[in-house]
Amino acid sequence: MQVPAQFAYEKATSVDDAIELLARHGPESLIVAGGHSLIPMMKLRLAEPSTLIDINGLTDLDYIRVEGDQVRLGAMTRHATVLESAVVREHFPILPDAERTIADPLVRNRGTVGGSLCQADPSEDLSAAFSALRADVVIRGAEGQRVVPVREFHHGPYETAVAHGELLIEVRVPIRTRTGSAYQKVERRAGDWAVASAGSVVSLDGDTVAEAGIGLTAVGASHFVAAEAEDALRGRPATDEAFTEAGRIAAEHCAPSADQRGPVDYKRALVAELVARTLQRATARARGEA
Amino acid sequence: MTSIDDSRIAGVQDPSVQIHAAPETPQGYGSMKRKEDARFVRGRGHYVDDIVLPGMLHGAVLRSPLAHARIVSIDTSAAEAHPKVHAVITGETLAGLGLAWMPTLSYDTQAVLATDKVRFQGQEVAFVVADDKYSARDALALIDVEYEPLTPVIDAKTALDRGSPVVRDDKEGKTDNHIFDWESGDSAATDKVFAEAEAAEDQVVVTADVLYPRVHPAPLETCGALADMDPVTGKLTLWTTTQAPHAHRTLYAMVAGLPEHKIRVVSPDIGGGFGNKVGIYPGYVCAIVASIVTGKPVKWMEDRSENLMSTSFARDYHMRGEVAVTKDGRIRAVRVDVLADHGAFNATAQPTKFPAGFFGVFTGSYDLEAAHCAVTGVYTNKASGGVAYACSFRITEAVYLIERLVDIVAHDLEMDPAELRMKNLLHADQFPYQSATGWVYDSGDYPHTLQVALDKAGYQELRAEQAERRRRHEAGERVDLLGIGLSFFTEAVGAGPRREMDILGLGMADGADLRVHPTGKAVLGISAQTQGQGHETTFAQIVAAELGMSPDDIEVVHGDTDLTPFGLGTYGSRSTPVSGAATAMVARKVRERARIVAAAMLEVSADDLEWNDGRWQVAGDPEASKTIAEIALAAHSSLELPEGVEGHLDASCVYNPPNLTYPCGAYVAVVDVDPRTGTVNVRRFIAVDDCGVRINPMIVEGQVHGGLADGVGMALMQGIAFDLDGNCLGGSMMDYLLPTSLECPSWELGETVTPSPHHPIGAKGIGESATVGSPPAIVNAVVDALGPYGVRHADMPLTPAAVWSAAQGRPLRTDLAIT
Ligand SMILES: Cc1cc2nc3c(=O)[nH]c(=O)nc-3n(C[C@H](O)[C@H](O)[C@H](O)COP(=O)(O)OP(=O)(O)OC[C@H]3O[C@@H](n4cnc5c(N)ncnc54)[C@H](O)[C@@H]3O)c2cc1C
Repeated sequence: MQVPAQFAYEKATSVDDAIELLARHGPESLIVAGGHSLIPMMKLRLAEPSTLIDINGLTDLDYIRVEGDQVRLGAMTRHATVLESAVVREHFPILPDAERTIADPLVRNRGTVGGSLCQADPSEDLSAAFSALRADVVIRGAEGQRVVPVREFHHGPYETAVAHGELLIEVRVPIRTRTGSAYQKVERRAGDWAVASAGSVVSLDGDTVAEAGIGLTAVGASHFVAAEAEDALRGRPATDEAFTEAGRIAAEHCAPSADQRGPVDYKRALVAELVARTLQRATARARGEA
Repeated sequence: MTSIDDSRIAGVQDPSVQIHAAPETPQGYGSMKRKEDARFVRGRGHYVDDIVLPGMLHGAVLRSPLAHARIVSIDTSAAEAHPKVHAVITGETLAGLGLAWMPTLSYDTQAVLATDKVRFQGQEVAFVVADDKYSARDALALIDVEYEPLTPVIDAKTALDRGSPVVRDDKEGKTDNHIFDWESGDSAATDKVFAEAEAAEDQVVVTADVLYPRVHPAPLETCGALADMDPVTGKLTLWTTTQAPHAHRTLYAMVAGLPEHKIRVVSPDIGGGFGNKVGIYPGYVCAIVASIVTGKPVKWMEDRSENLMSTSFARDYHMRGEVAVTKDGRIRAVRVDVLADHGAFNATAQPTKFPAGFFGVFTGSYDLEAAHCAVTGVYTNKASGGVAYACSFRITEAVYLIERLVDIVAHDLEMDPAELRMKNLLHADQFPYQSATGWVYDSGDYPHTLQVALDKAGYQELRAEQAERRRRHEAGERVDLLGIGLSFFTEAVGAGPRREMDILGLGMADGADLRVHPTGKAVLGISAQTQGQGHETTFAQIVAAELGMSPDDIEVVHGDTDLTPFGLGTYGSRSTPVSGAATAMVARKVRERARIVAAAMLEVSADDLEWNDGRWQVAGDPEASKTIAEIALAAHSSLELPEGVEGHLDASCVYNPPNLTYPCGAYVAVVDVDPRTGTVNVRRFIAVDDCGVRINPMIVEGQVHGGLADGVGMALMQGIAFDLDGNCLGGSMMDYLLPTSLECPSWELGETVTPSPHHPIGAKGIGESATVGSPPAIVNAVVDALGPYGVRHADMPLTPAAVWSAAQGRPLRTDLAIT
């Protein structure tokens, strides 16, 4: 069996307690949420935290609620909860679309929204979905809290705006009218990380695309976003030709690398295809057709 | 002892005479729940890692990060200074004991711990023994090894090039990476047919390059051992993950010079083997040495990555096949060239005289005029192995090749692949059939078996649906393409006849002994070892059928060399063909002894008794009869027995198979392929198997289900590729994918039953049929779906990237890193 190196363990009793424990245990201490990214890394000894600060007791961070024109998800909301949430399904079908493809039920029962975003794996699915949705995240530290757009949250692979001593506590997703969304992933097998995924959010004004959000994962898109394709689509009629063109632009501007999931040309082809398909689907949903 | 007329116990038993009681516990053959499941579903299985001995220490292996490097120095002082470490063993320590190298099952040598250089990524370099497994792993990081990197040999296709680095410079005078050349068939006769075909107007030669990539059996339980050398008695007890406990015991005796009666090998519950647990691994040897050195029991369990990266892989055959065929689809001859990548040590596990295993059955299920194959084995800087993963000693490769070739012929001749097969399959009246490479197929009715599968699939309707989909695709619709893939396989299992088949000199016969207790309950000892095949049930059923007992009254003991008779273990689908035959024979011996006792009880001559309804009956007087239970009590009582019969009913026997058995099957895969993303969905899978007589049909179906899932894995997602630095790209389950229920359709099974004429109960073995037969069906289906893209072949694993790339006319090379 793979076994981790030695570490100390603390159980946080509140967000402030967690922040305080992080300060006390120093820069080598780490938060553990669902543990489904961190613990495998510890077993492989790719991560050797001195102390684990367990925030699974912070049930007050496990919620999905509507506040004004936003849906707010607490950092400790599990994948499974997002997948089953009627509120989420109603406003952002892109999220259950994505959640259904994340890992397997075992992982989804433990893995959290906050952990997924903070892990900042370049193949992570929720980052792409939340980027497409133009969500914000709330970060709290000893100095208080700040709100950061998801599109500014990721600083690179495994790097985020969360500094040591801080916690991500909430994700805020704006509710928009006449808007539909969809997510699609290609994987080698159920539960595998994405070969490539795309998520699209389309807001319509009549038959025109008023605003589009396109998230990509596993293809080296900066901030998980296909910004050039969004720009090309905004203000254009919502047609299959426009979606195909947006897919082509997204494929051109992303930066996939070759690995055992596929060569670069294939990943680009997937981006083109998945962007077009999810735009179609999102538009159909915005029109109330699907 | 009274001699027993062998003619009474040999020969095929008519399955129709079996008594079928309540479905829960049949009196003999029939579906019943597995006796072993009760403990597994309750979490009461007992695996090597569950065993805890007082004072037990834990071992961990330090492995090479590099594929090819000279070892400059190893500094173990910091690790030795760790407060919880008891010993650090290196190649140097072992060299002092003459154990730095060990023999492989293929007459090569393999490093136990590297002394001169490392030859693959993950190779064993040092072994730490500590109080607990955490400290043992911590101490690994304290060992300082200085390596001088060497250029690795990764691409098998260039391994024999002049100037290639030499992997095995430990071998006297070795200047290249060549291991062996082996051939089979009549090369002159084959070349003659090919020359004719090339010249003739009405014939063609079809050629294809086909890779069966390196895969790994990946049993859920990884390999490990707990060694306990008792310093007082000098007896070594080794609990270990082995499919062949007796063979292992003998090899330890031969290699380590330990007296064989002072070695007890116990293979407790095993969490899957698939051939991965046939060989002896360095970790086992290190655990034994560590127990001797420390005087304490030492446990070593590898982790998942260690299992995937260092233990026996399977396949890795680069094959070129040629078929000489008439334009109307009569296949005349097949010619094959194989480059076999054996990794750093030639440690394939197969009958020793067969360096390419049973690849010689590459002529498949067809009636050919001539055939020839040449196989060349090469060393590379990869883990060793090659024969594993339910492969029936390379029949997987052979069947995959011929079934791909037949489809490629169909493609090139624009013939229906079902029709082409029907035209060339062996007919029932041709059996026993001697193949062009000398194998004697025992029985079968191939066209019938194929027809059953085609009917079950609704072949013609599927073809109609395919045409419709293609029409819509051509019209520019975003529609999945439908693919229909067939395979027809012939297996050759139950190794094997002693005169031809041995492993390092140990003949492949199997023993069985049967003790019948006074109250009529029995204990059967077998040399085979179950790893999930259900021996505890099936073998009890064999005895039950022979003796008129309930399977519940028979305990099957296996896996402990102190408690069971000698035999070579479970792999190559040999358990039922060999051990199962031994079981039937030993039960018949008991039955004949019982006859003598029954005659004494009934005061008649033994010749007046008939075996009827599971009891000995006086001919013509059904009231006068005795059951085995009644006879057993009498046999242990003071009843006067005829001269020469001492009492009791116990017997033992050894079964030396006269021939292999030849199961067959016809498989149909139906897939939906999204050509724009390359994703494949196996919509349906129809598997019609003929494994002769089915003892427990439910277990047979379970074996088929598992093998079909394996086939989905191999065809669509599994493969261990290497980058040119020799990094293993399949070293975790994130990279090496096992299929899940979501990739598997609800299997549609069928059967035909052609008993083996030479097996005592007509059974043929089923363990590997589905693993052998399913990958070609799925690949054929995917290639068939890609017809509109002109695809003729694509190598496994057919990941979405491989499918898409094939459709673009740029097929991937799946043995190397994708770039
Ligand atoms: C087999 C398997 C397959 C998977 N497949 C996919 C997949 O297909 N797609 C996908 O997107 N994901 C996948 N995942 C990842 C899964 O979604 C993880 O659960 C998730 O990435 C991390 O969430 P967690 O709660 O488990 O985080 P943890 O592992 O507990 O933490 C991850 C990191 O985030 C930090 N962290 C956690 N919470 C906070 C917080 N509130 N504030 C600040 N820092 C925090 C931790 O310190 C750690 O560095 C897979 C995981 C597994 C095991």
